[in-house]
Amino acid sequence: MGVECFKADLHIHTCLSPCGHLEMSPRKIVESALERGLDIIAITDHNTTRNVRPCVEIGDELGLYVVAGCEVNTQEEVHCLCFFPDIETLEAFQEYLDAKIPDIANDPLLFGYQVAVDKDDAIIFEEKRSLFTGICDEIEGLQQQVDSLGGLFVPAHVDRMKNGIFGQLGFIPPGLRYDALEISRRVNYGDFLRSHPALVRERILQSSDAHMLEQIAAVHTLFYMERADWNSFSNAFGKQPHNRGMIKIPIGDG
Amino acid sequence: MVKPTLEKLTEELGFVCLSGRSWLERIPRSAYVSDLLSDVMGKASDGMVWVTSQVHRNIVAVASLKELSAIIIVNERPVTNELLEQAEREEVVLLASNLPAYETVGKLYNYLENRE
Repeated sequence: MGVECFKADLHIHTCLSPCGHLEMSPRKIVESALERGLDIIAITDHNTTRNVRPCVEIGDELGLYVVAGCEVNTQEEVHCLCFFPDIETLEAFQEYLDAKIPDIANDPLLFGYQVAVDKDDAIIFEEKRSLFTGICDEIEGLQQQVDSLGGLFVPAHVDRMKNGIFGQLGFIPPGLRYDALEISRRVNYGDFLRSHPALVRERILQSSDAHMLEQIAAVHTLFYMERADWNSFSNAFGKQPHNRGMIKIPIGDG
Repeated sequence: MVKPTLEKLTEELGFVCLSGRSWLERIPRSAYVSDLLSDVMGKASDGMVWVTSQVHRNIVAVASLKELSAIIIVNERPVTNELLEQAEREEVVLLASNLPAYETVGKLYNYLENRE
């Protein structure tokens, strides 16, 4: 089977994230992604997965591969992207989150409403706990949880001081396993590597971290793989002994 | 005035020593407060006591790298055995304060500055 090139933006928030704009509804996100030529997106709300299902369903309808994900804020306040094989493993992960989220009330006036919606944008749930804070688990504990569910673990926006792994923890903890590192849309890939020469052999993603529709696909990562499904996708991260995929940030972007 | 050792400071300010009991004769030189490890790596200098609420194992490596005299963990944040074992191995003194950072640093400031 041949290898094709897929355009991916793997860091997108919905209206459920405290800072996600209310316009970020599942349908609008999927439609915007398709309009901008993306083949794959990941839905990664802060500390919650409750808006992923409608995005996956609309993606199935309209022909966009939507990876089930989450952006978790660890106890050290390091943001980490987590990607899961399917809705079942994602729901198991939600149970872990529910047990680890501190019971601090969200203030909608300061941080916005945290609402989950259905496929038709009807509000079906409001998360009352703040999704903004660090969970009660170390970064290693989170990584092990994701790994046990067969997921992928990617420290987010590592170029940023605020909530990036280098800013918070100084360096990548020895022994921490991860599948890639993500850089933000604010940095140029080449410049980033020049300032972090030790990371030249790392698998690096660049994604938009979109909180508003216009930010979707601001940057993207290319996946060279057989098809847009979990098997090919996780293979591209070297999850299988015979790595069939390749991940590349297009030159000139960022 | 004689500069106090970590042992005396621990005793007089009511901290608890979690690890590195064998190195309490060190004499602390000023202090630094931050929860960003990158900031501590850039700005703290040797001999300082570091006050933080971070409990990740990387704090031990940073303290060792910067030759800090001790780390004070505030607010009685729970620590793992791995952290304590690593601190012991790398000769890093870990102290626990049952007060928040503000009160901890207030006491520490008065204590260290009035002595010097």
